[in-house]
Amino acid sequence: MKFSIERGTLLKAVSQAQSVVERRNTIPILANVLIEAEGDGVQFRATDLDVEVVDRAPAQVERAGATTVSATTLHEIVRKLPDGALVTLTEDGGAGRLTVEAGRSNFSLATLPKEDFPVMASSEYTANFSAKAAVLRRLFDKSKFAISTEETRYYLNGVYMHVADGEDGKSLRCVATDGHRLARIDAPLPAGAEDMPGVIVPRKTVGELRKLLDDDDMDIAVSVSETKVRFATPEITLTSKVIDGTFPDYTRVIPAGNTRRLEVDASEFARAVDRVATVSSERSRAVKMQLDQDRLVLSVNAPDSGAAEEELGVAYDDDKLEIGFNAKYLLEIASQVDRENAVFLFNSSGDPTLMREGNDTSAVYVVMPMRV
Amino acid sequence: MPALCRDCLKSFDTGRRCPACGSPRTVAHPELNALSIAHMDCDAFYASVEKRDNPELAEKPVIIGGGRRGVVSTACYVARIRGVRSAMPMFKALELCPDAVVVRPRMEVYAEVSRAIRAMMEDLTPAIEPLSLDEAFLDLTGTERLHGAPPAVMLAGLVKRMRDELGVTGSIGLSHNKFLAKVASDLDKPHGFAVIGQAETMDFLADKPVRMIWGVGQAGQDALDRAGIRTFTDLRRWDREDLIARFGSMGDRLWHLARGEDHRRVSAHAPVKSISNETTFHEDTGDPNLLDGHIWRLAEKVADRAKAKGLAGRVVTLKLKRANHKLLTRRTALSDPTQLADRIYRTARTLFEHRNDPGPYRLLGVGISDLSSAEGADLSGDLLDPDAKKRGAAERATDRIRARFGDEAILKGRALR
Repeated sequence: MKFSIERGTLLKAVSQAQSVVERRNTIPILANVLIEAEGDGVQFRATDLDVEVVDRAPAQVERAGATTVSATTLHEIVRKLPDGALVTLTEDGGAGRLTVEAGRSNFSLATLPKEDFPVMASSEYTANFSAKAAVLRRLFDKSKFAISTEETRYYLNGVYMHVADGEDGKSLRCVATDGHRLARIDAPLPAGAEDMPGVIVPRKTVGELRKLLDDDDMDIAVSVSETKVRFATPEITLTSKVIDGTFPDYTRVIPAGNTRRLEVDASEFARAVDRVATVSSERSRAVKMQLDQDRLVLSVNAPDSGAAEEELGVAYDDDKLEIGFNAKYLLEIASQVDRENAVFLFNSSGDPTLMREGNDTSAVYVVMPMRV
Repeated sequence: MPALCRDCLKSFDTGRRCPACGSPRTVAHPELNALSIAHMDCDAFYASVEKRDNPELAEKPVIIGGGRRGVVSTACYVARIRGVRSAMPMFKALELCPDAVVVRPRMEVYAEVSRAIRAMMEDLTPAIEPLSLDEAFLDLTGTERLHGAPPAVMLAGLVKRMRDELGVTGSIGLSHNKFLAKVASDLDKPHGFAVIGQAETMDFLADKPVRMIWGVGQAGQDALDRAGIRTFTDLRRWDREDLIARFGSMGDRLWHLARGEDHRRVSAHAPVKSISNETTFHEDTGDPNLLDGHIWRLAEKVADRAKAKGLAGRVVTLKLKRANHKLLTRRTALSDPTQLADRIYRTARTLFEHRNDPGPYRLLGVGISDLSSAEGADLSGDLLDPDAKKRGAAERATDRIRARFGDEAILKGRALR
């Protein structure tokens, strides 16, 4: 195998590969990236057995072939090469070494046989559809903060992507929750997605997917089966197993009868929450919200370290209410709001509270209060 | 070379016997009067207390421990000669030493003797860090002017007092840090006094096995073996960065220990890092119902202790020991800390269900770690488990009833399994 490739192109492909590779793994081949050169391009493939990424890049291929080398080492080398350099990778059959040359730099890397590299079994996808990168980005970006890290609730360790009945007919919906907060984000259902089975997309896959979604207008090909999900651009194909579990019935969690309505400027609100929370060093810092006729008082009282209070002008026209929340959760949901005011709908100080952006029900957040 | 008589506590200059009382029990070392970090370890503590209280046992092999399935808690030096060791299963100990007298531990008595020893140590320094009932670190730095005698003399006096007034003996390790003091107290047991000075530290450690590092368990030992590290010399060949890359935070510590450096202070208030309880069954069991009952009772004990201390933990650990003594540990982090038996139980229960192992087991343990103050714990409800709030409230109510009418006043049906 021998090919030459521009440093920038190589870096992009290799960095995607090395981020899939697990830092701590006990199977040596999984630390490697599979490089396959053929025709006028090179393909880089990396996997942790749950997620697989394949990245294609144009290159001048002199001699077709394939081998595997350490993904992190190759990434580090390419990262340190000067911008604009032409990199030549050569592998001679039996030597067990891959040579990387650029200008006067020369590296020789140990390889492992390409036959040992595990390729993810292909799946019969039951739904194939196309979605704009901007749409998928919104669905996952606005829900991923609520993904649970509790391993005992493994079925919450991802985003539940499924077809649902939204306000305006069928929607492509993403839901994530950790039991303390929940995010439910809807998008118009793309053609071809009607029969998509509901799947739980693991946290790591959500992170990797994000790197495919930078270009708003890019069409992303999505394929879904009961066990796998695939996202593809012309250059990159990301295939992932889905979490084998049942996502709980979240619909009963979303309060429908909350009537006490608070409207507040989201960023002003977030900054105030952040300021008052400063006095407490507890892991779960509770912020108390006192509501009364167009007035919101945020306060934190940490007996060991201090107290803080801040008043905000808001729109609120209901009975007095005192309710507490984890400061971190409030900040996270407030930061999802980017266009209009944040609207909170309360019931009582012990019941889940709903938050959305203006009257837009295509993105709804639920947060559990805290005793204060 | 400065020397000291451990019987009459007289300091002298050289010679193997004490010039004052003629005793051969002396200790001499160039740095004897300069060192001030010590480790005191009682000799076969429980067994010594039993022999003291029952002189008939004096010459006999005595094993403290109990139960059909028990393990040896302490073996007296007579029994040790026959090969009996602490933590050895009782049946094996009795095979080696069939005429041993097995005594059930009397923890209250040991605790009382331990308190008396503690009081004696407090006469020497306030910087005492007890490790268990029968051993402690002492830092006597800066006490020479107060006592009018160097630390070595005071320590020899402590052991003498323990023997004279309490009838138990102990061994002293004296050095310039905790690690070496702990190593030293083991060198000259029983009734010993060993010194490791600054000057000899590197040579002393050179060909010693790294296994003697306190806190390196079987797993750590295996990891070191795989890295080809057997002795301190092996360890010293490693770069600091490489050790950290390979062993994490322990790597940095190993690098320092390899050079005989240990910067930990003798601290009277070592923070609690975890709360756990475990139980060894009378007979091995794999019965999920029975084990469920144990998980609940242990979760409740752990929660009781957490509540008493005003602490809550974010990590729940389940420990299972298989019939073949293989240990299985499963742990998971919660989103926020808890001190409720209900949450600890449910989490441990899920860990149990996902253990991927059929058993049977001889031991089960439940614990919490990553502790923080209980303030802020269990304040937030669970969207997906609306009953959790009720169960939490029921547990608090149960606690109040038990506080008033006793622990047995109200129990969960589960606890009776």
